[in-house]
Amino acid sequence: MKFKRSFPFLSIITYTILLTACHDARKLPILGPREAETITTSDGKITVDTVYQTIPDFKFLNQDSTYISNEQFKDKIYIADFFFTSCSTICPTMHRNMKTIFEKYKDNPDVKYLSHTIDFKYDKPSVLKRYAQKLGVDGSQWQFVYGTKDSIYKLAEYSYLVAVMEDTTARDGYVHQGWLVLIDRQRRIRGAYDGTNPEQVAQLMKDIPVLLNEDRK
Amino acid sequence: MRKVIICILSLSCIATIIYSCQNANQIKQDVYYVNGRDIYIKNCQNCHGSNGEGLAALSPPLTDSIFLKANKHQIACFIKNGINTKITVAGRNYEENMPAVDHLADIDIAQVIVYVTNNFGNRQGMYTPEQVKADLNKCK
Repeated sequence: MKFKRSFPFLSIITYTILLTACHDARKLPILGPREAETITTSDGKITVDTVYQTIPDFKFLNQDSTYISNEQFKDKIYIADFFFTSCSTICPTMHRNMKTIFEKYKDNPDVKYLSHTIDFKYDKPSVLKRYAQKLGVDGSQWQFVYGTKDSIYKLAEYSYLVAVMEDTTARDGYVHQGWLVLIDRQRRIRGAYDGTNPEQVAQLMKDIPVLLNEDRK
Repeated sequence: MRKVIICILSLSCIATIIYSCQNANQIKQDVYYVNGRDIYIKNCQNCHGSNGEGLAALSPPLTDSIFLKANKHQIACFIKNGINTKITVAGRNYEENMPAVDHLADIDIAQVIVYVTNNFGNRQGMYTPEQVKADLNKCK
């Protein structure tokens, strides 16, 4: 008798637990400045929509001396960073961590990597190629790109929101931040992780599958 | 039974006394090791890694005990002046330049040498600032 009465109650609780357990609601935030824009919808109504910051068009020489652009990253998610090959401070750690992620998603063509060099004087494509080979990276999944100072620095500062600069007083001649920036399929910034901090890199590893699943509903 | 217990207790007592009476040199080496660890994290770890594993073909690992032993008197020079020639560590060639860490004093170098050569599977014992000074005078 007692069991009979509590049965519906128990089953509701179990049902709720099961339902919430299966529903992974975690969503990554959309970062960067945004603005509101007045738009006209297809049925003629005028509403306000949020316009998020996106990565603009780019075209750079990669480690194979061929031009790459947004085309290669179309419908992919990617991790972008800024480095230079002769950097002896944070870059080796960043790329050690990035390589761990690279190894993990080696068989997934939807995850790509884009490393921009900020050493526009020395890091020509041939230098980048040698660096990539020594890092143990080949194939097109991880791109190392070279561009003019102006184009790279502007992209870093205004689009990826990473501070980079030339500094003659610094040991290696340049200073930069070590963010690994996670970009989604709509070119929006969905996360920035300190590439030298093991906990944040672990978080990035957890966030990649979340972003990968996002548009597959 | 009682005798056995007393015996065990007194034996462990003696063992504890012996263990805690480490000689002064061992304590000095431990101090060097701990200080060396901080210097390592600050100046070396970015390239050589937290476990001395190196970074692919860019930075050599520090786990090759044979290399470290054979080049014992060169390590101070490597740190102070950097390396710009090809070296072979653990059967692999490394040709990237190692930057000089020239702001370290002799005692700092000795401490970081003690840390590296007694960690990552190495066990070479103490290294003194005097030895570092002598090594640096003979750098190639």
